[in-house]
Amino acid sequence: MPDFTPDEMMTIAAARALSNDDVCFVGIGAPSAACNVARLTHAPDITLIYESGTIGTRPNVLPLSIGDGELCETAITTVSVPEMFRYWLQGGHVTVGFLGAAQLDRFGNINTTVIGDYHHPKTRLPGGGGAPEIASSCGEVFITLKQSKRGLVEKIDFFTSFGHGRGGDDRQRLGLKTKGPTLLITDLAIWKPDPASKEFTVTSLHEGVTRDAVQETCGWPVKFAATLEQTPPPTPLELNTLRDLKARTAKAHGQAA
Amino acid sequence: MPDFLPLAEAVRQNLHDGDAVAFEGFTHLIPHAAAHEAMRQGFRDLTLIRMTPDLVYDQMIGLGMAKKVIFSYAGNPGVGLLRRLRDAVEHEFPHAIELEEHSHAAMANAYEAGAAGLPFAVFRGYAGAGLAAVNPHIKTITCPFTGEALAAVPALRPDVSFIHAQKANRAGDVLIEGIIGIQKEAVLAAKRSVVTVEEIVDNFDGVHPNTCVLPRFAVGAIAVVPGGAHPSYAHGYYARDNRSYLDWDQIAADRGTFDAWMRANVFDVGPEVFAERVKELRHA
Repeated sequence: MPDFTPDEMMTIAAARALSNDDVCFVGIGAPSAACNVARLTHAPDITLIYESGTIGTRPNVLPLSIGDGELCETAITTVSVPEMFRYWLQGGHVTVGFLGAAQLDRFGNINTTVIGDYHHPKTRLPGGGGAPEIASSCGEVFITLKQSKRGLVEKIDFFTSFGHGRGGDDRQRLGLKTKGPTLLITDLAIWKPDPASKEFTVTSLHEGVTRDAVQETCGWPVKFAATLEQTPPPTPLELNTLRDLKARTAKAHGQAA
Repeated sequence: MPDFLPLAEAVRQNLHDGDAVAFEGFTHLIPHAAAHEAMRQGFRDLTLIRMTPDLVYDQMIGLGMAKKVIFSYAGNPGVGLLRRLRDAVEHEFPHAIELEEHSHAAMANAYEAGAAGLPFAVFRGYAGAGLAAVNPHIKTITCPFTGEALAAVPALRPDVSFIHAQKANRAGDVLIEGIIGIQKEAVLAAKRSVVTVEEIVDNFDGVHPNTCVLPRFAVGAIAVVPGGAHPSYAHGYYARDNRSYLDWDQIAADRGTFDAWMRANVFDVGPEVFAERVKELRHA
């Protein structure tokens, strides 16, 4: 057995996708951990933006919310929420939007609004927040979530944010000039959209993961790339950075580590 | 010049049954004390406006005060779902509520349009998003110069906005710093406004010239409530009480637990308890 968890592999694989030059709009939860691991390892100069208005923030612990005080205290500047969405996001300054999802389909469309019918939902989820415009205005979108048949579904119940629609050139036909979802990092694999169909295709399996394991936790028939890579396991530096960050975070928020 | 009032009086004079009201704050400076006072005074049929309706709107919905909620993210930030809101939406308990749901970009633009005296906001948004199909207030408008299709939403014009700020001076100017969120726009868009503050100072001498200040003529009423944002926080005064947000998930999960908590922590106490609640959270 490898000495890291699938969750840790997911966060670290996601962190690796970010570069020093990125200006990244960070969603809370798994994306936030990945973005800060990137900053604390190979991308020290990455610009992290949280929708509360904090630009270029360098938190020592992961924020519980998108507006924790430390995000502001460590930021280059903090702007109002309208300025954040109008000038910085809509203005085209953000290279990567990093999102999580409650439900995701094979074309990178995300639902965080409802399970069931919108007007009579089985489960009312929080809704989109910044996601609809993060998905359309960022240069590209990375998505990260744990695989499960509840999460990776044939058909999402609500289009909270638009990925590649029904695939192909759906984004262009809507007038969108940004790339949309270009990467999906799960606890089992790395997926990239097929260049033509835009369907997420597994390009790399994490260490010890089988094709069957990927299929068993996905609600659609999985496509695998012709040459399937293996994700390099976490390095000691990556793993220690993530674990230290999580331990500091748990302590700061009064949770058991 | 705003009126300096005790909180109960400021709420009584400015909030009425049936009002469209915003208790704004983007994680930081959430006006919990003002919201609890509104709960004690027992208003009904409110249209609750807020980008991120978190605990205070969960509480108001659970108490049956809300007719409608206009919002863009109804979650307990970093924790999960809002269980009283869910109970209202999924089971119509204590009664059904109407939802007008937007994205953050739409709400931010709509407040800004309200503050600017415009009837609607225009922005590049909602592309392919399902909300446009379920919210009749989301329309498309064509740019008269380029022909680009853009999203349009009505301006937000609350009857009254409540915010919490760090301080006011004796003249009634209000200073907000840190994560300033949408509070300036919420106040300027509203017909009336109430600001709770941590403290009143003699003057703002030495304040940076670009600090976010609401000048006295733009503010309706000011009430001093130290700790009034708890369990949210006030930058420079006390930290966010993350534990309380985690605990709320359990409290709101059960109708009986919710009722008991509201009685003990809202109805049987007054605004003075907030100072006590932030004692351990104040920066050394």
